[in-house]
Amino acid sequence: MTLIHLAILLPIIAAVIVGLSKKYSKRIHTGWLVLPVPLLIVIYFLTLIPDVNRHDVLYHSMNVMPNIGLNFDVYVDGLGLLFAILISGIGALVVLYSIGYLSHREDLTSFYIYLLIFMTAMLGVVLNDNVLGLYLFWELTSISSFLLIAFWYNRERSLYGATKSMLITMGGGFLMLGGFLSLYLITGSFSIREMIAQVDLIQASELAPIAIVLILLGAFTKSAQFPFYIWLPDAMEAPTPVSAYLHSATMVKAGLYLVARFTPIFAFSELWVWLILLTGLITLAWASFNAVKQDDLKAMLAFSTVSQLGLIMSLLGLGALGVHTGAAEELFTVAIVAAVFHLINHATFKGALFMLVGIIDHESGTRSLKRLGGLMTIMPITGTMTAITAASMAGLPPFNGFLSKEMFLEVMVNIRHADFSFLSDVSILFPILAVFGSIFTFIYSVILFKEVFLGKETEDTPKTPHEAPWLMLASPLILSLLVIVFGLFPNILSQTIIDPAAMGILGTTTALDTQIYHWHGFDSPALWLTVFIIVSGTLLYMTRHHWMFIYEYHKEHFTLNYLYDRGLVYSRISSKQLNDKFVNGNVSHYLAYVLGFFVIVSIYTFIVNGMAIDIRTASPITLQEMIVVTIILIALAGILVVKSRMVALILLGSIGFSMALLFVMFRSADLGLTQLAIETVTTTIFLLVFSKLPDKESYKYSVKLNIPHLIISVGVALTAIIIGYSAYSNRLFDPISQFHIDNVYDLAAGGNMVNVILVDFRGFDTLFETLVFAIAGLGVYSMMRLRLNTKKEGDDHEEHIDESRL
Amino acid sequence: MKSTLMRAGYKKVSRQMNDVFLQFASKVIFFLIVMFAFNLFFAGHYTPGGGFVGGLLGASAVVLLLIAFDRKTVHKMMPIDYRFMITLGLVFAGVVPTLSFLFGTPFFQHQFTYVEVPILQELSLHTAVLFDIGVFLTVMGACLLIITLVAEEKA
Repeated sequence: MTLIHLAILLPIIAAVIVGLSKKYSKRIHTGWLVLPVPLLIVIYFLTLIPDVNRHDVLYHSMNVMPNIGLNFDVYVDGLGLLFAILISGIGALVVLYSIGYLSHREDLTSFYIYLLIFMTAMLGVVLNDNVLGLYLFWELTSISSFLLIAFWYNRERSLYGATKSMLITMGGGFLMLGGFLSLYLITGSFSIREMIAQVDLIQASELAPIAIVLILLGAFTKSAQFPFYIWLPDAMEAPTPVSAYLHSATMVKAGLYLVARFTPIFAFSELWVWLILLTGLITLAWASFNAVKQDDLKAMLAFSTVSQLGLIMSLLGLGALGVHTGAAEELFTVAIVAAVFHLINHATFKGALFMLVGIIDHESGTRSLKRLGGLMTIMPITGTMTAITAASMAGLPPFNGFLSKEMFLEVMVNIRHADFSFLSDVSILFPILAVFGSIFTFIYSVILFKEVFLGKETEDTPKTPHEAPWLMLASPLILSLLVIVFGLFPNILSQTIIDPAAMGILGTTTALDTQIYHWHGFDSPALWLTVFIIVSGTLLYMTRHHWMFIYEYHKEHFTLNYLYDRGLVYSRISSKQLNDKFVNGNVSHYLAYVLGFFVIVSIYTFIVNGMAIDIRTASPITLQEMIVVTIILIALAGILVVKSRMVALILLGSIGFSMALLFVMFRSADLGLTQLAIETVTTTIFLLVFSKLPDKESYKYSVKLNIPHLIISVGVALTAIIIGYSAYSNRLFDPISQFHIDNVYDLAAGGNMVNVILVDFRGFDTLFETLVFAIAGLGVYSMMRLRLNTKKEGDDHEEHIDESRL
Repeated sequence: MKSTLMRAGYKKVSRQMNDVFLQFASKVIFFLIVMFAFNLFFAGHYTPGGGFVGGLLGASAVVLLLIAFDRKTVHKMMPIDYRFMITLGLVFAGVVPTLSFLFGTPFFQHQFTYVEVPILQELSLHTAVLFDIGVFLTVMGACLLIITLVAEEKA
């Protein structure tokens, strides 16, 4: 446990404190209690920058379950540190913003608990060296994202969006786990650093393509790449601080992180490069094209986020080429630098834009472009900041978006210089897609500013708009200032943050000495492309009423959303049909399925593997045992024939107590005790439900001969006997009990082996059994409560009638 | 006062509504069972017993009271929300394994030490007991939750 571990876990510890202090934090906004957490973390990570730049190895191991290779190993390099600073920095701003955005009436405690869980999860993803740990934190981000999207859980759209995002991102995460496991099969290690060291082995392996596809599916679903992007626009139902934080600045970048982290491992593969490059560019073009038609400001920003993620993804794909071959290496190193730079820029301008749209929504009551207009005179500060950040998004100088966009265009044009056979034929496609996406990015950036702030004032807004309080303006203000500062002085970032991160992605320690310039001379193709984008974007914007009709050709039946919805409905229907067929409420049927399956599998195993029974090794049967067994048999036969249900119950109880007696005879006192206690409790429950069972008249006790049931019961009995005897007569390996006997005192300081196994040696099993027990109890509770409530309503009704009669 | 059994639909029980013998006996026996449950729970690490059996026995002690009296009276005697009991149990069972990180050991590695206590002589301290408290509380809470609900439902 080091300071880095503590920094990762601090938010979740704070979440517990916030949850416990719920009663006492009524007077003060919970956000003020939460704010110091990300602030502390970001300060701590900023102090690590010099260490990382000196290439100190910040690697700290912490054993969690060393036997299965699950460890909490943190590894801080430039890449991880960049993400950690982004997560905690933007986190602090978002918390500050949310204090103004969310009123006291909301369920603030839950909100901040989810947010803090997310912070820990995200930090855990980006600083983990162990892929199993990474996977656990990865899924935790999906869960906290689900909870945050469903924050306003009484809105149907929120629940829909939350379910959609969870299904898609968790599905992808699960596939990613498959990729990790195949990497483990190749290298025999869960550590990313060791995987990088064994890259030759991975290169030679046949499993590598499978691992690549599975891991990329995880990354693409999380980073909302085409065709999985459909969850992100629906996730916009979350409160705006959440959209700004999770669905634009951090969580959706986890996929980018994953791709960047695995670049040194998979860069050899053409499959890797192709998949990332093409998916990224298609996402960029498609999403920015779709963003233009959106009416809801947040939906527009969602599509814009998707397209920007595609842009960074494609840059990472190109950067892998730099590792792939020695030739033209520098050309593609620029791609990595551009990717990192744009990642930072996107976090600043898109985070600010989301907050600004949140302000517009908060102050005017609507996010619809049709109802907004002319807000500049009313909200001058918000308007100015929107202009700055939107210009950065569109790639206009002198803001930071311009610099990274220009680098992007330059790399895309320079692809043709690369002498790769597989690139030469289609290399013209990449700049076209890139420019196409950029033009539409320019158009929606213009729309975002012009339609909302310029033009005529509308009276259409639900609330009378006015400028937001300073509490809400502070965070976007800081981000807008960063947009300007990074735009004017990009080189304060280049040596301190961008270079180490790029070196982390490339897996080298040679310094890059990146210098970012605004001006590359008149012969730079990127300059002319930028001019072209601005000119054609402006033209298309002016004439947009003449070409917007093309969006109507996009029929509903061909959208991915339609596919998702239909798929969900059909899977629900078919699983219900399957369920109804087998789960029909008849317990004897269930038993028949379970036991029948058991018999078939065991007999199959006996036939295939053979078996040997040696009765001679069995211990002799004593008289007492015979007596107890006879009692059990008599009671069993009695249950089948007695007419009274009460007698049957008593007989059932006597079987249980005889079992306890048998356990005691075989000197397993623990089992005997437990059996006794359980017998008591179950008999009580039986007594209580007794009178609610169907009447005797309606349910005839009859022992009809049922052939299938007979076969199953005889089969089960025979199988149990055979298994018991064969297990006892063949000692193929040493019994595990010796280990427990030897270590019960030394390792666990206990005397009772059964209990030590339960709480110590196999404690993990007990933990989950406890959980199952609790779930069962709460499940029964909720089911009974539902029934009781419906009954109570009926009772009230009856009473009402009685009173009226009186 | 409506006895638990009568609520469960046993009409004839109404005559025993004030079953003084049962009620008096159960008050005494209740404490005996609870004492035994605690004994089993604490002795669990060295002799037969443990959280699961202890929890079940604790639940059956309360069940005895439920049968002798009614649910409301029992609730007055012990105003415990069984759902809270389950939650508390899960917190114990879930948090104790992670405490091992504070000692720098892998997940679920229990810590133990021996303390000399006057009169009681050597005493063993073990974090497994804390984990077992979780099991105890969850088992007892879940059992009682189910039983009281079943008892409450009218026939």
